Amino acid sequence: MTVDHAKPAAVGADRPATERAPAPKARRRSDRDGKWWTPWLFLAPALILFVYFKFIPMITAVTMSFQDVQPYLGNQWVGGQNYGTVLGDEAFHSAIWHTVIIAVGQTVGSMVIGLALALLMEGQSKRLKFLRSAAFLPVVVPIAVVAELWRIMYHPTEDGMLNSILGLVGLGPSGFINDPDTSMVSVIVTGIWRGAPYDMMIFLAGLAGIDRGLYEAATVDGASRWRKILHVTLPGLRSVFSILFVLAAIRGLRVFTEVFLLTNGGPNGSTEVAMTLIYKLGLEQNRLGVGAAGAVLLFLATLVLTLFVQVLRRRRDA
Amino acid sequence: MTAANDSALGLDAVKSPGGRILKFVLYTLLLLVFAGPLLALLVSAFNNVSDPTALSVVPSSPTLDNFGIAFDLGVGMYLLNSFLVVGFGLLLQVVVSVLAGYALARKKFRFMTFVLVAILATLMLPEEILAIPLSLILSDLPVVHLNLIGSLAGMIVPLGAWAFSILVMTEFMKDVPRELEEAARIDGAGDLRIFAQIILPMCKPALGVIGVFGFTMIWDQYLLPLLVSTDASTYTLPLALRTLRIDTNVTPGVIMAASLLALLPSVAAFLFFQRSFVRGLASGALKG
Repeated sequence: MTVDHAKPAAVGADRPATERAPAPKARRRSDRDGKWWTPWLFLAPALILFVYFKFIPMITAVTMSFQDVQPYLGNQWVGGQNYGTVLGDEAFHSAIWHTVIIAVGQTVGSMVIGLALALLMEGQSKRLKFLRSAAFLPVVVPIAVVAELWRIMYHPTEDGMLNSILGLVGLGPSGFINDPDTSMVSVIVTGIWRGAPYDMMIFLAGLAGIDRGLYEAATVDGASRWRKILHVTLPGLRSVFSILFVLAAIRGLRVFTEVFLLTNGGPNGSTEVAMTLIYKLGLEQNRLGVGAAGAVLLFLATLVLTLFVQVLRRRRDA
Repeated sequence: MTAANDSALGLDAVKSPGGRILKFVLYTLLLLVFAGPLLALLVSAFNNVSDPTALSVVPSSPTLDNFGIAFDLGVGMYLLNSFLVVGFGLLLQVVVSVLAGYALARKKFRFMTFVLVAILATLMLPEEILAIPLSLILSDLPVVHLNLIGSLAGMIVPLGAWAFSILVMTEFMKDVPRELEEAARIDGAGDLRIFAQIILPMCKPALGVIGVFGFTMIWDQYLLPLLVSTDASTYTLPLALRTLRIDTNVTPGVIMAASLLALLPSVAAFLFFQRSFVRGLASGALKG
């Protein structure tokens, strides 16, 4: 902190030699820079909106999680009871389990395929640029459209699109999202289809930052393509990996829309995730307090994960 | 430097016949997997299919009927709602973010770090988690006691609090040289003029980034509109897709036609502003 304060002063001391005397200038600036409230005027719209739509909801979520929320009857303080309900509830246990499976499946799948895509499509040629843009399209397609499209592709009869492809290689027909045994995998595959091209773009940005001289040197040393990837490329992408991991894991934990639209938690609750359950508790069954407790726990999980990776990165950098 | 060392795999340099065939097969497969489903969507939207279960890959009987039926089902209104939300929402988001960015980047004041940290912290706060309390607050805004549930305004106003855009603007505005500002100040310009005539025109690249990102983010939104809308008159197009599907008379062709209308704006935004998009993606993620 002290270093930060010392810096501007030092810079200020250097400057006046080229302009005018330091003392009057300093005073003029503070006059001309406007009143103390000028910055607050510029910040006001943002602050009001953040208070209304981020900070108050967050405080509300925390207080609600300790209350039995009864519209028109007044809320009852119930202490940790909602958390007890969440942690002891069978439905929540399986929802959390499903959320973790989806988060891990989509994160790992998207990163592995995204890295493969990035490696295959790295380059300057026009054709590769076109291929990259085409492969990236799923990311900018609205999630609701992705879900409707895959619902139709996953049609469980033999003439469904994916089933007819499976039929070509002598497999299927699969029930996909309609079969409790395959519903989770189907949701994960749809998530990877949209997540992998996103990861690809970030990996490509990371690949562009790798020193070409290292590849050159590796070639001179007679390294194979595989060894170049292993010893030059992957270490160069280390920070990209940790960032993508955090981003994808958070994305996975908060998964809602694709599950809501593809299966709405079914069949037989086989794809019920934390957010779809919270949504049902909160808005369909009006158990707002329990829903809020679930949301707070989900937020804590996200926070712990983010901090954990940050600490890990710091330690490695140091 | 040889082409072989221009990328990690150096595939551009592979020229042998076998290698070329392998590359062709790989790239075709990639294209089929990631763009194929979207091609099926496109073809089905313009194809008349009697089969209620399947998508078309070949346009066997081209038609515009799907769009006609979709518009009969109110897709025009849903599309208008979507455009209203994205238009006003993006405008609000950009205005709020550039104003806040100016204060955070160009001013020094007490509690600045605190404000910055508080705004940044919301980046880690997924909107899904705030969904339920947010919907309660929208039904009765504290102090002003307005009920925004069931109105497009309820989907638009919360979009103004978007930390990513403030962050991008703050970072960018910090880099505008002090000398420009001081020269204007000596000429007697106030903060508003400096902001509008000096700083803002220098920030076009950053405006491109937050514009294209904000657009695709708002267009993609699902949960907030779901919580705010109470009946079909305030559905955005992505929300309406689910209600179209529930009607059993609606063929996949019609759903795909509506889906095509729902994806065109954000795909177009990406294709036209690809450079801004990729830059924002890389900087946003790599700063993380």
